[in-house]
Amino acid sequence: MASFSTNQFRPGLKIMVEGDPCNIIDNEFVKPGKGQAFNRVKYRNLRTGRVNEKNIRSGDVFEGADVVDTDMQYLYKDGSGWHFMDPASYEQYMVSEAAMGDAQKWVKEQDICSVTLYNGQAISVTAPNFVSLKVTETDPGLRGDTSGGGSKAATLETGAVVRVPLFINVGDLLKVDTRSAEYVSRAKE
Amino acid sequence: MSGRGVDGDDRLDGDDDWRPTAPLENLKRRAELVGAVRRFFAERGVLEVETPALGAATATDLHLASLATSLSAPLASCAATLSAPLASDAATLSAPAAGGARRLYLQTSPELHMKRLLAAGSGPIWQLCKAFRDGEAGRRHNPEFTMLEWYRPGWDHHRLIGEVDELLRATLPGIVGGGPREQLTYRDAFLTHAGIDPFAADAQTLRSRAAELGVDVGAGSASWSREEWLHLLLAAVVEPRLGRGRPTFLLDFPASEAALARVRDGDPPVAERFEAFVEGVELANGYHELADAREQARRFAADSDARRRDGLPAAPADARLLAALEHGLPDCAGVALGFDRLAMLALGVDSIDQVIAFPIDRA
Repeated sequence: MASFSTNQFRPGLKIMVEGDPCNIIDNEFVKPGKGQAFNRVKYRNLRTGRVNEKNIRSGDVFEGADVVDTDMQYLYKDGSGWHFMDPASYEQYMVSEAAMGDAQKWVKEQDICSVTLYNGQAISVTAPNFVSLKVTETDPGLRGDTSGGGSKAATLETGAVVRVPLFINVGDLLKVDTRSAEYVSRAKE
Repeated sequence: MSGRGVDGDDRLDGDDDWRPTAPLENLKRRAELVGAVRRFFAERGVLEVETPALGAATATDLHLASLATSLSAPLASCAATLSAPLASDAATLSAPAAGGARRLYLQTSPELHMKRLLAAGSGPIWQLCKAFRDGEAGRRHNPEFTMLEWYRPGWDHHRLIGEVDELLRATLPGIVGGGPREQLTYRDAFLTHAGIDPFAADAQTLRSRAAELGVDVGAGSASWSREEWLHLLLAAVVEPRLGRGRPTFLLDFPASEAALARVRDGDPPVAERFEAFVEGVELANGYHELADAREQARRFAADSDARRRDGLPAAPADARLLAALEHGLPDCAGVALGFDRLAMLALGVDSIDQVIAFPIDRA
């Protein structure tokens, strides 16, 4: 795997930090007038999902992380974890609860997700940006109120809870933005 | 790290990267700022000068990296200059490269040449010029940038601080109007803002203090020197707190950070050097200038040894500057101010790309 110096750091570059693959979010060059230069690097640990910031001496070299994002189909869940399949190779991957993270709130069987593989192991899953899910529980809808003037909580078939307009009813299919966990619109079957 | 687009868009690809990153309105305001600076010095009778961007010598400072180029047609007088006796063993003119080409350095600041003018009797001088520093790119850095530098014969750094303060009030009236300037010694700045004495603490103490202050560092930090920890704490903890509502001038740096400033005896000895800060941004660096040729030669030699030890490229020391110091540099104070950062503050923007037309990624 290639190595990268701090002056090659760009958002999106994947590097190894303390043994974990990480995705660079931001890289700021800081240098006191006549002194040693540093890079203040903000990155997401792809194994834990946590965002951290480190001051690194400019010019220090980091190993690149052998990380690949692959579109995979979610098959089913059982006692051992979530199971995905790479539609190109038909190879199946098991994903742990920790690696599923927030994605478990949104995915339904057959959905195509982006699975991050590190050294051939699935370490994180990103749900599709938009999903269509049925409402299983919410207060009765207010007929005729389509103005969007208020909101209430609705539980979806995956167990996720989102704020929805007052006119939404149990059984409605909703389009949800998984990045912000926000209701977008009603969806067609 | 990379240039930011006009709308904070990080992507520089596509067909639009011929465009300036700074809105044209910002470039107009930058031009007005240049006018204000020119009036400031004209009113004070300071002579505007121009010195070379390409020089045979360059800064020897360990933390400055020079860009170099080569001149293919050597000057007729070149051989004679090279065989002339050098002012000191420590100083070497740049050796001719293969094929008779000469290696020249893009200047990291106009300091070396401006001091030769002062030694020649120029009186007070100023200039606005391009300066070049390899590897420096970020929100407040571009490898090619604009520097405002001036010198005051007969002044010490305290008097020059007063004039820097006046320039800031003339060019940033809305920002530094909040009260009289703050003057803080390097030691007091660390005691106040980082809770540690920078002259007493060793590397281990600085390291644990950094951890207590939540400054996270990389794995290689176990081998960092005391100086590196001080630089980190200065950049990460102290500097962001300086210059809030009024300019802060940091004074009395450790003697090891003297660069080309005089060192004043004392316990500990301190460098007669200052830095100016506005809203957490380091704007200017000034000295009560070292005029002792022998001491200057000794510092060049020490830098050269340290460069060799650290595996850094050699930076030829300036024999002509040493000759000028031998001749006699008037007692003077000088300061270099980052003009792009002054423009950033004047315009209220937080990225250098907003005040220069074509940052390095679009150069």
